[in-house]
Amino acid sequence: MCLAIPGRLIERWLGVGEVPFGRVAFGSVRREVCLAYTPEAELGAYLIVHVGFAIQVLDQRAAREALALWEAIEDS
Amino acid sequence: MRYVDEFRSPAAIRAASEAIAATVTRRWTIMEICGGQTHAIMRWSLPELLPEQVELVHGPGCPVCVTPAEVVEQARQIALQPDVILASFGDMLRVPGTRGDLLAARAEGADVRVVTSPLDALALARAHADRTVVLFAVGFETTAPATAMAIELAAATGLGNFAALTGHVRVAPAIELLLAAPDNRVQGRLAAGPVCTVEGVAEYPPLVERFAMPVVVAGFKPLDILSGLLACVRQLESGAARLEIDYRRAVRPEGNPRARACVERVFEIVDAPWRGLGVVPAGGLRIRDALAELDAGRRFSVTIPGADELASRCRAAEVLRGILRPSECPEFGRACTPERPLGAPMVSSEGACAAYFRHRGRPS
Repeated sequence: MCLAIPGRLIERWLGVGEVPFGRVAFGSVRREVCLAYTPEAELGAYLIVHVGFAIQVLDQRAAREALALWEAIEDS
Repeated sequence: MRYVDEFRSPAAIRAASEAIAATVTRRWTIMEICGGQTHAIMRWSLPELLPEQVELVHGPGCPVCVTPAEVVEQARQIALQPDVILASFGDMLRVPGTRGDLLAARAEGADVRVVTSPLDALALARAHADRTVVLFAVGFETTAPATAMAIELAAATGLGNFAALTGHVRVAPAIELLLAAPDNRVQGRLAAGPVCTVEGVAEYPPLVERFAMPVVVAGFKPLDILSGLLACVRQLESGAARLEIDYRRAVRPEGNPRARACVERVFEIVDAPWRGLGVVPAGGLRIRDALAELDAGRRFSVTIPGADELASRCRAAEVLRGILRPSECPEFGRACTPERPLGAPMVSSEGACAAYFRHRGRPS
């Protein structure tokens, strides 16, 4: 159930009760997502989405650093 | 970069497993408590990529599996009430309650629908003003903010025909109970990345200190798990016991404060029964009295017969505590399969038995 999948924010708007919503692309699949918990998310950001809610903005630098660590090991 | 496939890179996975093998000098038992991690471990055959000294034990990381049969029975009885639409996540429909599952209730005429977000249940309530829509929601800290927001929005917009039956549970108190058990043999822990994405890590330093045990917050892609295991065995080999966040792209120490605040506005912390563990002190969430009208458990008075756990051949209690490996259960793959499950761990997409069956198949 804790799928928490990353996807890219491609559109945003205000929904019922001024709650921010957005459209998030997971590869070729697009879904409407509630942004109430990540109102700071900008277009193009990668969001971690779980049961229709963005629960965090993905830290792209931390992701690249984690991967670079393994690339460096592979190259050595 | 889509932040998915990169964390499944075979070259990086190989490098991580080699690093673990180069670090380990003795036997270590490490528990993960996250159904997503359990499934990834089986799907990617990670035990085969690890040195034999590293034993992985699967904890109660599947919220559907730890939901007591009585709660499923309560949902089933509410679903059978006139003019009710019961909405739940797909996993819940086939979980056996004390008297059958929600799919069987649907066959008896109940209107049971699958939703992928609690907000879908609000949309159903708006579309069916003449009926009561009950959201049946279980889950860990990752899911509770979504349920909380649905309840808060229903209250704010005066959506009188919406209510929620919730079985949300809290992971840290259950971990504490498991580690304090006299038969505990776990020496290091991977903490669930998705849970910490919301909850942060404030609950872990006391556990690290009390049990002198490394806790590493890890994601659930194969590279995330191996990287987390490497961090864990490095600590174990050096005699360290620290909290470490190895899933920094998603987990900040404070989690998501907005999500936590919404959960706190809607729910209060209560002692709660976990299937397999018994009552866990502070292990669950209950809708606050101020929002009691939106609590389906209080709006509908249904009588729940006690569960006859002894009559069930499902050994979920032992599987959920990491004492019995799914494949060691005599019913595994024989009387109990995903098509005809005896218990929740074989049903849920996060259940340990389903993970073993799907990725290892029937016993020979």
